[in-house]
Formats: sequence, structure tokens, C-alpha cells
Amino acid sequence: MTIMARHGEHDGEEGVVLTEEQKRRRRARSIAIALALGALVFLFYALTIVKVGLHPLQPAP
Amino acid sequence: MSLLTEGAEVARPAGADARVEPSLAGVGDYIALMKPRVMSLVVFTALVGLMVAPGYLHPVVGFISLLCIAVGAGAAGALNMWYDADIDAVMARTADRPIPAGRVTRGEALGFGVTLAGGSVAVLGLAANWLAAGLLAFTIFFYVAIYTMWLKRSTPQNIVIGGAAGAFPPMIGWAAATGGLGIESLVLFLIIFFWTPPHFWALSLWRAGDYARAGIPMLPVVAGPAETRRQILIYSLVLAPLGVLPWVAGYAGALYGVTSLVMGAGMIGLAVRVKCETGLTGAKQLFGFSILYLFVLFAVLLADDRLAHLLGRSV
Repeated sequence: MTIMARHGEHDGEEGVVLTEEQKRRRRARSIAIALALGALVFLFYALTIVKVGLHPLQPAP
Repeated sequence: MSLLTEGAEVARPAGADARVEPSLAGVGDYIALMKPRVMSLVVFTALVGLMVAPGYLHPVVGFISLLCIAVGAGAAGALNMWYDADIDAVMARTADRPIPAGRVTRGEALGFGVTLAGGSVAVLGLAANWLAAGLLAFTIFFYVAIYTMWLKRSTPQNIVIGGAAGAFPPMIGWAAATGGLGIESLVLFLIIFFWTPPHFWALSLWRAGDYARAGIPMLPVVAGPAETRRQILIYSLVLAPLGVLPWVAGYAGALYGVTSLVMGAGMIGLAVRVKCETGLTGAKQLFGFSILYLFVLFAVLLADDRLAHLLGRSV
């Protein structure tokens, strides 16, 4: 399987042409970053709710 | 993380020109950079430190604290692989790691590690407290700067002193839960600290050729197998009583006491076998048993603590 990119003409312009494998890996990285950011948003939300003491199910210390 | 990255010397395939190449890294490579097996032990010991600590910690804060400790450990692993890419490439055990295999560049690993380190410390400080965050920052610094950059390549005592980095997680968990450092957490630190040398020296006995090729002064390379076997026994003789200390000092109950006595006897028994034999069977058994030893001790300590809470008794 070829995973090295090809440098050359692409649509008449000089640039990097990704192989299918590189495109697949880039897409997987992008999805992983999106999931990580989503998880962080949820974590910060949950932490904020806990810190301000508004969680209705918060057990008593 | 950028798509286009500068290729590091170990990551660039032979014959490639000087142009930047699109990253070849998959998600699995970034996970591998974080040394997930090491991370699992760090998370487990930190969990025990957090759970057996006195006081109350909200489950959400506890979960985020453990996540930060895990990510911090992953950051340390990534920075270790960034710095050690040259020696990883010549050791059979590590040659297929993402950087020497050419799937991740050193620059990518450095950026990944620094980002995770900064993020994990900052979030732990905001979620739990800044003592725990400071300890986590110091642990990452100790592992990367003191162990990886300095001790590993300069002294056969590398894993003895460097082992402190792996011993801090229960203290961080304890600090996250209490905001302080109890003598109990120091005992947990000491158990892991004295567990590290026999664990890694057992491994190094059959990996000595690898370490020698990479120029790492591990004890079997510098002092020979006989001295390594002697040191394994000495550290095991120190470790076994330390393992019982939480029970003797009254921090844990009889369940933990009996378990630690049995497991400690097992460690010493295998260490004696390693000392007496010339082959590698005992060393391999000791390496495997040492992982079980630490896991069982901490698991039973946690179970003992939960049992004490359930029964409403003070141990």
C-alpha cells in the first residue's frame, strides 16, 4: 500500500496530493480531535455545574 | 496538530527529499505515544490513593482528576518517546514505536506531549486543587527531564531514582481528594518506589543486549547479571516489609495484612530464585509476578478500605 504523498501538478497547480491512505488517516485524526473537543465541552460543563453547586443529584458531603 | 509537518530524521523514510510530507500518523499512533499500559497502572494506583484518602470528593471531580492524571502520564510518555527516539530505534522492544517506525515525527510527538502536559495540569488545578496539579507537573518534569534526559543515559541507578516518577500517582490522587499529603500516601509512594527496581531489573536481565546496543547503562550492562540479581533480592527484601506497613501502621485491615504478607513472601521467594539461578526463567517469573504484586496490593487496599466503610469500622 502506498502511503507516501506525491508532489506534483494537481488541477494545474503545484501542491501535495494525498494518497487514499493519508486521506483516511487525516479523517480519523479529525474525528478523534472532534470527539476530544466534545468530551472537553461536556467535562467543563459538568465541572462548572458541580463547582457552583447546582447539581440536583449532588450527594451531601 | 497540523497536516503538514516537518519530517524528523528518524521519521523520514530513506530517499525522501527535503520537502515536508503529509503526516502518516493514525489515531492509534497517538494513543501508542501515551504508553497506555504504563498509563493503566498509573491510573489504578492514583485511583486507590484517591479512594482511600479521608474526606469527600464529588464523583465528577474525582473522575476528572483521574482523567487528568492519566493524560499527564500520557504526556510524559509522549515526551519520553520524543526524546528517546534515537535509542528506541536500535532496541528490538521499542523499534516499532510510532517515531522510530516513521509514522509520527519527533515534532508531532513533542507538540502532542507539551499540549497534553499543560492541559492536564491546568484542568487538574481548576477541578481539584493546585497542590495536586503541582505534583502532577512535577511528576511529568521528573520523568521527562530528570529520568529520560539525564539519569537514563548516565547512571545504572536510573530506574531507582527515576522510579519516583511512577510512585507519585497515589500521592497525586490523595492530594486531589484531601488538598494535602498524608503519611499514608507517602507509604504508598514508598511501596511503588521500592517495587520499581526489582521489576525493571528483572526485565533488563533478558534485555541486556538491547540496552547495551542502545548505550543505556542499565545495571546488568554496567555491573553484570550477578550484581543485578543481588540488587533485585536486596530491594525485594526492603519491599516486602514496606508492603505490609499500611496494615502494621493501622491504615489497612487484616484482609490487606494477610494479602501483603503472602504476596511479599512470593516476591522474596522469586527474588531468591533469581539470585540462585543462572538462567532467565526466574527473572521472567519475577517480572510477571511483580506486576501482579502491585496490582493485588493496591486492589486489596482499596477493597479493604471499602469494606471498612461498609461495615462502619475504623481500620
